[in-house]
Amino acid sequence: MTTNDFLQTGLFLLVLLLLVKPVGSYMALVFADAPNRITRFGGRMERGIYRLCGIRSSEEMSWKRYALAMLLFSVLGLLVVYALQRLQGWLPLNPQHFGAVSAESSMNTAISFITNTNWQGYGGESTMSYLTQMLGLAVQNFLSAATGIAVLVAVVRGFSRRSALTIGNFWIDLTRSALYVLLPLSLLLTLLLVSQGVVQNFRPYADVPVVQATSYTETVKDAAGNSVTRDVPVTTQTLPMGPAASQIAIKQLGTNGGGFFNVNSAHPYENPTPFSNFLELLSILLIPAALCYTFGMMVGDRRQGWALLLAMLLIFVPLLLACTAAEQAGNPALAPLGVDQHASALQAGGNMEGKETRFGIVNSTLWATATTAASNGSVNAMHDSFTPLGGLVPMWLIQLGEVIFGGVGSGLYGMLAFAVVAVFIAGLMVGRTPEYLGKKIEAYEMKMASLAVLLPCALVVIGTAIAVMVPAGVAGIANPGAHGFSEILYSVSSASNNNGSAFGGLSANTPFWNVLLGICMFFARFPLAIAMLAMAGSLAAKRHVPESAGTLPTHTPLFVTLLACVVIVVGALTFLPALALGPIAESLMSGH
Amino acid sequence: MSKLLRQSFVLLLLMTVITGVLYPLATTGLAQLIFPHQANGSLIVKDGGPIGSVLIGQSFSDPKYFWGRPSATSPNAYNASASSGSNQGPTNPALTEAVKQRIAALHAADPGNSAPVPVDLVTASGSGLDPEISPAAAQYQLARVARARGLSPARVQALVNACTRGRQFGLLGEPRVNVLQLNLALDAAQTHGS
Repeated sequence: MTTNDFLQTGLFLLVLLLLVKPVGSYMALVFADAPNRITRFGGRMERGIYRLCGIRSSEEMSWKRYALAMLLFSVLGLLVVYALQRLQGWLPLNPQHFGAVSAESSMNTAISFITNTNWQGYGGESTMSYLTQMLGLAVQNFLSAATGIAVLVAVVRGFSRRSALTIGNFWIDLTRSALYVLLPLSLLLTLLLVSQGVVQNFRPYADVPVVQATSYTETVKDAAGNSVTRDVPVTTQTLPMGPAASQIAIKQLGTNGGGFFNVNSAHPYENPTPFSNFLELLSILLIPAALCYTFGMMVGDRRQGWALLLAMLLIFVPLLLACTAAEQAGNPALAPLGVDQHASALQAGGNMEGKETRFGIVNSTLWATATTAASNGSVNAMHDSFTPLGGLVPMWLIQLGEVIFGGVGSGLYGMLAFAVVAVFIAGLMVGRTPEYLGKKIEAYEMKMASLAVLLPCALVVIGTAIAVMVPAGVAGIANPGAHGFSEILYSVSSASNNNGSAFGGLSANTPFWNVLLGICMFFARFPLAIAMLAMAGSLAAKRHVPESAGTLPTHTPLFVTLLACVVIVVGALTFLPALALGPIAESLMSGH
Repeated sequence: MSKLLRQSFVLLLLMTVITGVLYPLATTGLAQLIFPHQANGSLIVKDGGPIGSVLIGQSFSDPKYFWGRPSATSPNAYNASASSGSNQGPTNPALTEAVKQRIAALHAADPGNSAPVPVDLVTASGSGLDPEISPAAAQYQLARVARARGLSPARVQALVNACTRGRQFGLLGEPRVNVLQLNLALDAAQTHGS
């Protein structure tokens, strides 16, 4: 790694950590039960919405009603996104005249966007009308993220409330997440991104003449049915347009990650400069990191929030450095060909296949680790072309269950499940009933936490097994050998943890892959969220247990280390065998 | 249940209006007002019409032009309406083969140049539309372009320098040279010079 690699990494982490407290305490005010200056500021609009919907702001929900509301709202959203894609050919704001998207691809995309996964089997600029992007995809970017935050807030209330039968009101938590948190941040980010060159318009695609005319050969059938090749001249270039910046802002802030264009944030119109890259990168981790602080404030002990954030960083930073070192070392297969891969003042060097010049190595690896640690899934470099070990890092970060930062809300409630498991393990070691944040952890809570921890693991392992056994699964592979297996493993991991990034070579827009990944995405999101809400319901009803000499403090370095170890052990035990067949085998073969 | 369903439906409708209509319209309005050039694609305009975008690369293979990053878009390189990377893995023999061919093409255009080839000049970019190359890749091609155009290397170097951007704010990203701007500047220099 070069000095500049360290500088850019350090600057990013510093700015992120500086923003945790202001953004985190702001969100704590947004979700506070008592009215305050922030909820008063937007109160009129909020009350207007509630009146139209017939929501009484004083009404509280049991965990079952909360879960039902979340499920209904999500399924309704799914139907809208599905319908928009199927009908876009007849609807307005479709200057490129795109036809209906196929049924299974539409269903896959609809599940993908309501589950905050934003897996994309399609290419945005060649498939989706502006209307579908706006009313379907961009709306769910907001709402799936807001849903994640709402569920988290309800889960935290399970810890902070005592002898209570309710855990909040889903409609209110959702509305506040969207109106007070996501919308203002998105507005600000959109304008900053446009200043850097991200497009934001409703124009049709622009045809421009090219400076040097070129041609390509095309094989076509002639009248007799024989294949003939012919030269097709290229004298113009069609530049894609559209309201991209507004969608990119929320795709990053809401850990959605679904790109406006096919190559996502590697596209110069989505991410034109190093500064736009810095802003987008920061937005990926901002809310998940700040929510740790919000959590600390809501349970009345900020150290608890910092402890969780520290455990996340303890795993994140070493993996980030490993990924950067692997990519900066370059591809050994190219060295004998006379290719210069050394970093110097004139070039970034390293493994540049699939990476953009303006980002070089460190901004590509920083992004790859951030986007997979958080369940964002946007990319600014092609993960499929990473070196074997460089590609192992993002894949493993996904498999760790998307709890290292994780999705907005969902990452932290996943981490809370791991924290419950960690106090349980510590309790076993000393022979005491485990407690977390003043609540006794008993059989019911452990069942729910185990379910939340193990469900994504099971989906990844079973899904991958099915995909490699079925011809339709293997048919999608693009690269030969161990790397082909990595493509399958990565894709199933990504869907089963609601990440959404891919080893992009895999041809996943087929009926088999659309169905398999659709199922993975759905089951990774909703049963897990419901299990956590059930745990919250049970915890909220419990009395507060005062701290005693036997209580394990959960803000100490000891607990932070234990928590990080539990996350790593679960991830390593479950996935090392599969990783050995993919990236590790490939690395050994390539002579790393 | 029916009450929840009704609340779901109305809230989804309102949120769709706010985040799906008002939000993109408001941001588009503001963007067009404050940053019209950027919001519309950073187009390069010549004689009243757009001739390209600063941000989207074009395909160059003529020795008198600087070549950009290899592009994996199909059916032709730098197809801006279908952005794509190669997605070739590091151990894929097809990648090694492609890099060999790219090196051969560079050598054929400039037989006397035996310097190691900067990696970004022979590896496909992530987007297939990368508008920039590293300063090392520009230096590698400088003598060839100067010779093909009959310009002095110093003159070409000056144009390269004018199209080079350092790290943003001196820290972020990597130094880089905009290929389309550079080639347009070269064409303009020759028209004025002759």
